[in-house]
Amino acid sequence: MQQSTDIKPVPRARRFSLAAWRARTAWLFLAPSLLILVLVAAYPLFRTFQLSLFDVSILKFPLEPVWVGFDNYVALFSDPRWWRSVWNTVNFTFFSVFFETVLGLIIALIVHSEFRGRGLVRTAMLVPWAIPGVVSSQMWRWMFNDVYGVINDLLMKLRIIAAPVAWLAEPAFVMPAIIAIDVWKTTPFMALILLAGLQGIPKELYEAARVDGASPVQQFWRITWPLLRPSLLVALIFRTLDALRVFDMIYIVAGSQVETISMSIYARQQLISFGSLGYGSAVATGIFLILAMYITAYLVALKVEVK
Amino acid sequence: MNRSSKYAFAAVALGGAAIAALVASTVTAQGGVTIKLACGTVGSQQALCKTAAERWAAKTGNKIEVVPNVASSNERLALFQQQLSAGSSDVDVYQIENIWPGLLADYFVDLKQYVPEATIKEFFPSMIEADTVDGKLVDLPWYGDAGLLYYRKDLLTKYGYKSPPTTWAQLTTMATKIQAGEKKANPNFWGYVWQGAAYEGLTCDALEWIYSHGGGTIVDPKGNVTVNNPQAIAALDMAAKWVGTISPKGVTTYSEEESRGVWQAGNAAFMRNWPYAFPLGNGDTSPIKGKFDVTVLPRGPGATGKNAATFGGHSLAVNRFSKNAKAAADLVVFLTSAESQKERAIVGGYNPSRPSVYKDADVLKASPFLGRLYDVFANAVVRPTTVTATKYPRVSEAFWNAANSVLTGKAKAAAAMSDLENELKRIKGAKW
Repeated sequence: MQQSTDIKPVPRARRFSLAAWRARTAWLFLAPSLLILVLVAAYPLFRTFQLSLFDVSILKFPLEPVWVGFDNYVALFSDPRWWRSVWNTVNFTFFSVFFETVLGLIIALIVHSEFRGRGLVRTAMLVPWAIPGVVSSQMWRWMFNDVYGVINDLLMKLRIIAAPVAWLAEPAFVMPAIIAIDVWKTTPFMALILLAGLQGIPKELYEAARVDGASPVQQFWRITWPLLRPSLLVALIFRTLDALRVFDMIYIVAGSQVETISMSIYARQQLISFGSLGYGSAVATGIFLILAMYITAYLVALKVEVK
Repeated sequence: MNRSSKYAFAAVALGGAAIAALVASTVTAQGGVTIKLACGTVGSQQALCKTAAERWAAKTGNKIEVVPNVASSNERLALFQQQLSAGSSDVDVYQIENIWPGLLADYFVDLKQYVPEATIKEFFPSMIEADTVDGKLVDLPWYGDAGLLYYRKDLLTKYGYKSPPTTWAQLTTMATKIQAGEKKANPNFWGYVWQGAAYEGLTCDALEWIYSHGGGTIVDPKGNVTVNNPQAIAALDMAAKWVGTISPKGVTTYSEEESRGVWQAGNAAFMRNWPYAFPLGNGDTSPIKGKFDVTVLPRGPGATGKNAATFGGHSLAVNRFSKNAKAAADLVVFLTSAESQKERAIVGGYNPSRPSVYKDADVLKASPFLGRLYDVFANAVVRPTTVTATKYPRVSEAFWNAANSVLTGKAKAAAAMSDLENELKRIKGAKW
């Protein structure tokens, strides 16, 4: 702005048009992504909401939609099975994300340190994450089998249990078993993101701390933890969102039984098994609202963190 | 035109040509058409279905393609519903269960326009009746299925029993004794295996327990919810006591193939299953070959007790969106013909849907048990599909969940049945 004082000021109209031109260009460049967003996100969302205001069964041909207003939502609100699925999902999410974060952090710290064969360990660590969810769930289902499962066999050989346990049949064990599978599968993902965060911390900080005589514990709490928090938060957002949408693992291991049914499985059951397009869409909208609430909460937390 | 868009254009053009060629090939291959067939996968079904359909193809100059499928009946129904409601013509002939015609009737062609009246009359009238919805013949019955009690002849003799159990109480006593004896040498041995997982199979098993106790059929033919009654509660209590005593705890996660796995390895004295397990158990590699037999499932106690076997027939239907409905209907007639059914009965143990095949000498020689199944069919109990119509999947789901919760000990039978009654009334609403 200093230089502009000795030349003529730009006419107001032209400056405006330049800004307008730039804005137009910006919109032009944004248009394809906005269009895609509208097509793949906004339109289906709107259609789902629209369908949720009707009573319509896919078993009728041609379809005979009946307008019911917000009746589906009233029914949803007083549907114990729906609330059970919400509770199961929250339960699953809390425990699986908690254990994955703790174990992921420990593994990331170990893998971050220098030792022989580190490259091999880092690669091998990713194997559970690389196996498709359906395959690993089925594999674990067999491993948990009460008669021929390897888990009972091992525990009995180690004399931890005296008789075979029907892991997937006992109401008290089935959810913990599913959480264990998820922890096995997703801890590598958590460890990987946290490892990237650890590698972003400058080594000089640790050197300086050592010179000042800080113990490893002090180094962790004063350097590693505060600088790792942004990566941790991002990892938590991803994992929680993923866990709240859980479908394949629970569906394959336990089907749609009440103890473990998740929100996504409940929506699928209504939409596909029962063919209720209307009520199923109300369930889907309910899931959307819960996820939206959660994302808002996280975004607020993230903003506070950044400040 | 820059380079990348040139490639894109070329790719689109090539793709278009490939699709055109594909379409042309399905229509004109050797002057015939390609019929896509979705048949069952449990046991030996798929192989049998394929060989029979290929015979039809060779005879008529058409082609067939067996479409991959899923084993679980719930999953299959969901898949078919999805395909059909999307107006898909990817499958021409569907193998459906006898509880589905009421659900899927809108999506299948009326076979009366392709099948002569005389042919329809050759099937069991009761099956044709079950497959007719509002005067429309939705499908042709292919085979009948009913729950059977499998028992080990050798073990019964070993423990001093002359004949299989006729009441549930006898079954429990015999299973307890045999299991106690056999477990000494084989810790994996169990008295009785059945289908206890939370799925349609449990609906069949639990309906047999309840009906055999005189506890009705969950919903009566008039549409009243009848499941909350003392006989039904007693029946479920009985089954819940089996879990962990004469049946493995994991039985509450078993479907047909899991129970057959335990049984066919020689690890069970009794099994409840469908007829398909008979020829498989007598296969050359089977450890229990020739050591077992089947009979009707036991009766409940007292005067209200009777024999019960859940009826589970399968039939073939033609997709209304099929582009070759006439040829598809011809394939259905071929597969359900007396000749095809004879082969299926001999090789696969499937119960014919035509009475004439039961009298065939070859059939009776190969599987003498088919003759006795006639009595089982006489005691068959039908799931309440007709009265609950499109709400049947919900009724069945509520029922199997209630039954499973009793079996796993989460709920007492009386409380579960009272909750189930409320749930079913809620599903019913003003009417089914």
